[in-house]
Amino acid sequence: MVQDATVKTHVKTTINGELVEFLVEPYRSLLEALRDVLGMTGTKEGCNDGNCGACTVNLDGRIVDSCLVLAAEVNGKQLNTIEGMATPEGLHPLQQTFLEEAALQCGICTPGFLVAAKALLEKEPHPSEDSIRFWLAGNLCRCTGYDKIVRAVQKAAETPSKGSK
Amino acid sequence: MVATDKQPEYKVLGTRPIRPDGVDKVTGRAQYGADVRLPGMVYGTVLRSPHAHARIKSIDTSKAEKLPGVLAVITGANMPIAESKDVEAGEEVANYRDDSNRVMAHDKAGFKGQPVAAVAALDMNTALEAAKLIAVDYEVLRPAINVDEAMASDAPIILEYLVGDHLGEDVPNTNIAKHARHIFGDVDAGFKEASVVVEREFQLSTVHQGYIEPQNATAFWNNDGQLTIWTSTQGAFWVRTSVAGILMVPTSHIKVVPMEIGGGFGGKIGVYLEPLAALLSKKCGRPVKMQMDRKSVFEATGPAPAGKVKVKVGVDAKGKITAATADVRYEAGAFPGASIGPAAGCIFAPYKVENTYIDTYDVVVNKSKSAAYRAPGAPQVAFAMESLVDEIAEKLGMDPLEFRLLNASQEGDRRADGPKFPRIGNIEVLQAAQASPHWQSKLEHNPSNGKLRGRGIASGFWFNGGMKSSVNINVTTDGTVTLVEGSTDIGGSRASISMQAAEVLGLRMEDVHAYVADTNSVGYNDVTGGSRTTNTSGLAAYNAAQKVVTTMTARAAKLWDVKVEELQFEDGAFSSKSDPELKLTFKELATKLDQTGGPVGETGSAVGVSGAGGFGTHIVDVEVDPETGKVDVLRYTSVQDAGKAIHPSYVEGQMQGGAAQGIGWALNEEYVMSGDGAMENATFLDYRMPTAYDLPMIEAIIVEVPNPFHPFGVRGVGETPIVPALAAVANAVHDATGARFPQLPIKPGRILESLAAKNGS
Amino acid sequence: MAVVFIPTILRKFAGGRTTVQVEAATVGEVIDKLEQEYPGIRERLVNPDEEDRLRPGLATFVDGETSTEGLRRKLTPNAEVHFLPAIGGGAV
Repeated sequence: MVQDATVKTHVKTTINGELVEFLVEPYRSLLEALRDVLGMTGTKEGCNDGNCGACTVNLDGRIVDSCLVLAAEVNGKQLNTIEGMATPEGLHPLQQTFLEEAALQCGICTPGFLVAAKALLEKEPHPSEDSIRFWLAGNLCRCTGYDKIVRAVQKAAETPSKGSK
Repeated sequence: MVATDKQPEYKVLGTRPIRPDGVDKVTGRAQYGADVRLPGMVYGTVLRSPHAHARIKSIDTSKAEKLPGVLAVITGANMPIAESKDVEAGEEVANYRDDSNRVMAHDKAGFKGQPVAAVAALDMNTALEAAKLIAVDYEVLRPAINVDEAMASDAPIILEYLVGDHLGEDVPNTNIAKHARHIFGDVDAGFKEASVVVEREFQLSTVHQGYIEPQNATAFWNNDGQLTIWTSTQGAFWVRTSVAGILMVPTSHIKVVPMEIGGGFGGKIGVYLEPLAALLSKKCGRPVKMQMDRKSVFEATGPAPAGKVKVKVGVDAKGKITAATADVRYEAGAFPGASIGPAAGCIFAPYKVENTYIDTYDVVVNKSKSAAYRAPGAPQVAFAMESLVDEIAEKLGMDPLEFRLLNASQEGDRRADGPKFPRIGNIEVLQAAQASPHWQSKLEHNPSNGKLRGRGIASGFWFNGGMKSSVNINVTTDGTVTLVEGSTDIGGSRASISMQAAEVLGLRMEDVHAYVADTNSVGYNDVTGGSRTTNTSGLAAYNAAQKVVTTMTARAAKLWDVKVEELQFEDGAFSSKSDPELKLTFKELATKLDQTGGPVGETGSAVGVSGAGGFGTHIVDVEVDPETGKVDVLRYTSVQDAGKAIHPSYVEGQMQGGAAQGIGWALNEEYVMSGDGAMENATFLDYRMPTAYDLPMIEAIIVEVPNPFHPFGVRGVGETPIVPALAAVANAVHDATGARFPQLPIKPGRILESLAAKNGS
Repeated sequence: MAVVFIPTILRKFAGGRTTVQVEAATVGEVIDKLEQEYPGIRERLVNPDEEDRLRPGLATFVDGETSTEGLRRKLTPNAEVHFLPAIGGGAV
């Protein structure tokens, strides 16, 4: 029998528009809660210290590295992750343009980039190349050299919004 | 695209369909190694040596074993003494005994971060706490952390059982695992004919592949002795072979399931966690999941070797190279195996040189064993040679591109390690670079913003690997096919392999459903790496598809009751050469397979031919801030011979990605080592890789000089993209500042020092 | 007659020669003939554990192409044969 010395925290939050409740140790990060407690493995771990952006999620309208947020902190907040970008009707324009422009190779950084780029286009619907690169500087990609990622964001910016989340 | 030969009209090859695994990857559904979740799964962690060089006197795991929640603890004592047997392993030659020591130290730690124990527990936190309770008694030894220290006469001997191969002689008590030599012609005579001789020494630091996904492995050792491993790897079959050799179990007892992989670049060929997860699972009877943290990835996986490269080149009055020598010394890390062979093959590859003399040294040092990093061994020597060529061209007052054209190697010329080049595209690439908008554009060297601008150019070469691949194609009754293959898809290979099958079968790529299978479900496949996958796995798919066509033609003959010789397959349809009424499309015939003999499925195997490689030339414009030393890359063009670009977007992707890695290697990336062998910058913050804000768009110009050894002319493209980048950037910074940078990285401090020295302050 | 390039570090077995002309139908026969003329060279080329294989890490290039057939590789009449380290990067 395992002696459980930790009292877990009860967290109630909205993830991708759905009410979600879970128990988690107070010392665990949001990244760990998403992946290990909730089984939402779309958000990835690259460094676990806030330097690569692979774990990017959208918390109350702001993109954050979920490895730097405690799971308990999202109680009562609105969280949007990669799992919420597509709908049964179709992919988000960014997801579509990433595919068309071949903006991914191994794909491990892709969820982080998509969440980050979505937040950019919501704030600035027609960003310049410089704005795109600056905004995405917190997301590391080792495969693509970023060229096709930037082009995919530019292309999505030109796509009329279909009203997806 | 610049195609040199008249290309056949292809229906699928050369188009840009959306890759078959794309939707899963953009929705976060794709399952990578760390996403594995199994019933009863527990978590493992590794205790690592804090010392770069130490004898392990004893390990006491008793306190750790007693911690509630801990299910198993292992040390080197739990591992068999593996055979010291050399085995070919994808991009390296591996040795089971070395690999066994590498994944878990037995009696000695040879690098900081080397595993000395591992723990499995119900949750990760407990595992980490337990690891802290393991008491290891070390006798700390003096480390040798670079080539000079390791080759010194009083160097501490790192691998006591190592017998070095020094020019064919067995030499014990050494850190020089191998000293090889390649001689052709007569360099002394060659240098006598030279009117200009330049010799330089270059130095490079350790750099890491920088894949964003850390290593991971989940293992379950079942009661029936069957071991299943889920892992992110470049080669599931190599994992199987390697684990079998290290743990001394039959390969037939092991199944490896390749998960999606978050980057590899050569660094995910060797095993790290797999044998440990397996042993922990055997001990506790549960599936054990392990993941490396980022610090361990830096310290304890396989970076590219640091080293020293000395090059000497002589040219005659016309600018023709008359002789070239090199002395190449690479840090192998704590176990032998730095890529000195390829270094010798690549260093002078872009040039026709008849008199060459190359010494190469594979040197053991107290760092983690180096692994392949994209064209292993080539970027370092290309940095040296291409910088030297730039210096010579400048001395002669020659345009550096014209110099390269004058001396360009071509079919029939000999590489410095022996073989003659078959048909290659070196000259075509140089010509395309010369004609490029970038090269043709004028660069303002002293813009009004007070910064310094410069342009650099460099060339490079890498082989394309052959090795073995195997695929199965099964025809579905709706006229599509499934293609079961064994090549982990790192960069779009499901697409490029499917497209080759589709071309043969007259189908669309979307009608070929590619699936990457485990080691029980598909025939043997060598690693995804070595610039071999599109070429050789594609060839296997081509062979399987040809067999499918043959079998289905026979079915059509049966259906129509005619002789097979009367039939043909063209444009996706089977028809009679004599009777135009007899015609069925692939789809139509597929619905009748059950009437003509049952399901149709074929295996295709291929042993790729390696011989024709790919050349690349890069052009880069930089802007240097003379006050801060910061270098901005303004414009970048990569020109490369792909033979035949199956899916041009993914060929461009390889070219752009390699350029970005090369830029990082040139300007920022290095392992900062303390004197006692610890890496001081083991985070993505301080190990500075390029971000989106550091780079411009990267123009990729694909040249197509068909590979004579592949039915579609495909050359491997994955590795050449990094090779020219280091010197291209260095040469550009030279053009901007007037200073030369024989030591990488060319960081701001070095630039400021050079500028100050130039200005006499 | 095949032209065999002797690896630099083995040239001392072959009296310092860079190339040797050998009448042989396969790579294996080449090595046998070399061993007859230059004893000691064989053990440097052949796998000590499996005599019908090259040493691990060694590859043959015949007329610019590699092959996994090793010692069984058939030679054309004027083939050029090299023995090279199996190139890291995957070119075997």
